[in-house]
Amino acid sequence: MIHVENLTKYYDSFCAVDQINLEINQGEILGLLGPNGAGKTTTLKMLTGYFKPSTGTIRVNDYDIETHPLRIKQMIGYLPESSPFYKDMLVYDYLEYVSKIKGIKSSDRHPRLRYLAELCGLNHIMHKAIGELSKGLNQRVGLAHAMMNDPQILILDEPTQGLDPNQIVEIRHIIKKIGQEKTIIFSTHILSEAEATCDRIVIINRGKIVADGNTADLKQSADRKTIIRLCLLNADADSVKSALTAIDGVETVETVSQTDDGVIKVKAYSNSSEDLREKIYKTIKATDWVLVEFLQEAKTLETIFRDLTQQIN
Amino acid sequence: MWQFTHILKKELKDYFISPIAYIVISIFLIITGWFFFSTFFLYDQANMRGFFSLLPIIFSFVIPAITMRLFAEELNIGSYEILLTMPVTFSDIILGKFAAGLIMTGAMLLPTLAYPISIAFIGDLDWGPVIGGYLGALLLGGAFSAIGVFASSLTHNQIIAFILGAAICFMLTLIDKMLFFFPESILNIVEYLGADFHFRNIARGIIDSRDLVYFISVMFISLYSTYLALLKKE
Repeated sequence: MIHVENLTKYYDSFCAVDQINLEINQGEILGLLGPNGAGKTTTLKMLTGYFKPSTGTIRVNDYDIETHPLRIKQMIGYLPESSPFYKDMLVYDYLEYVSKIKGIKSSDRHPRLRYLAELCGLNHIMHKAIGELSKGLNQRVGLAHAMMNDPQILILDEPTQGLDPNQIVEIRHIIKKIGQEKTIIFSTHILSEAEATCDRIVIINRGKIVADGNTADLKQSADRKTIIRLCLLNADADSVKSALTAIDGVETVETVSQTDDGVIKVKAYSNSSEDLREKIYKTIKATDWVLVEFLQEAKTLETIFRDLTQQIN
Repeated sequence: MWQFTHILKKELKDYFISPIAYIVISIFLIITGWFFFSTFFLYDQANMRGFFSLLPIIFSFVIPAITMRLFAEELNIGSYEILLTMPVTFSDIILGKFAAGLIMTGAMLLPTLAYPISIAFIGDLDWGPVIGGYLGALLLGGAFSAIGVFASSLTHNQIIAFILGAAICFMLTLIDKMLFFFPESILNIVEYLGADFHFRNIARGIIDSRDLVYFISVMFISLYSTYLALLKKE
């Protein structure tokens, strides 16, 4: 549905987005993750047609954004970061104005506004000026704005940023609800959110895609490198190191800390998918070391994210 | 094609729902009324010449005040981004905002129609120059609105937009009064650049294509420059 090829964006000489290739299918909820300044917002802004790419092409349903910007803008609903709307306008006036620009027929206008007010929970604030609204309510006006003409694609830039936990749950709920039939692309740096709502996760760092897949895939591909943390008493670093590296499957052993009275903390890295805990335990049992800590680090999205985005730094 | 009307309507609503329109119109009426009628009875002539001769100078600071917010405000709060991601083209946006400025100028001129009507009661008014004057005023208003829209598209700051717009309008108004500063060879060109020069011609009741071409080209050049300024922001 959305086809992005070699997308690059330079701000003067700074490369914000570097040769991104992306294929987004109909009905997908895609989470765009990345640290601050990774190029998430820039990528989204190019998808909406607000920024012109420096090089590369974006095609939506086989229309090129260069040649058919209006047609693509019709298909996309966009919620920018921090939802900047006209502060003096009333919510109702604003949404009516948007409905006109987005070409909603006057006979359909009121039912549509009523439906969106219901969906986004705007009924009690329709008569208020946008400038008076709290951040969360403002965000909901933004969602109604984005969904006005029932677009096939929704692009949401950090939709839950600055909201309280209840509102976050509500917005996620709305996203899930719409996502059943629409393609949704949203950026976030809250990982649990991406895990909870997305079908597919794309992690970008320094303008490049460093991971792409659903959460299970990402975990599996990252799982190949397992970390096991050990804390031993009555041992010395060298013998621990040699004993552990002798185990089949352990790639490297790293000493984290070591004290004079023989308390040693080590990290063992393995690159096989096999569970090494049994072997390690048996090795230690054969010595007179005392095992006080033994922990296999579970790969969460968080550790994957950290690995992927810090490696390159 | 008619997308620009939605933007036009929204801008007009903004003007007339908030106090801006009423404040600007009142100030305009007080200033023109005061200057015009303070000398009108001394001259003891039933014409509007005094009013129309004031107009370019007053317009050159009132109109930039009307148009300063059109783009600068959007750029400042960031709603410009939303506007651009909606299905509208640059020309819809520019045309809508320009038309809003022009209609606002028209709304400002409308109450002054009371002047010729009341003058017609007390004296023998020649309607030709009056009609020419109002036509000229609309053309001048259009040209200045276009300049104001351009100034507004250059900055996030409304005050800078105002000062910039007013400076350009003042220059165009006053340039043909400073002819003695220029070498003789370019006098004709400089005079042709003066907005006041062309306005005076039309306000005399003579509608010459050269004056029409001048105002229309000022509007076109300013709006096209606005387009280029917006394009640059991508």
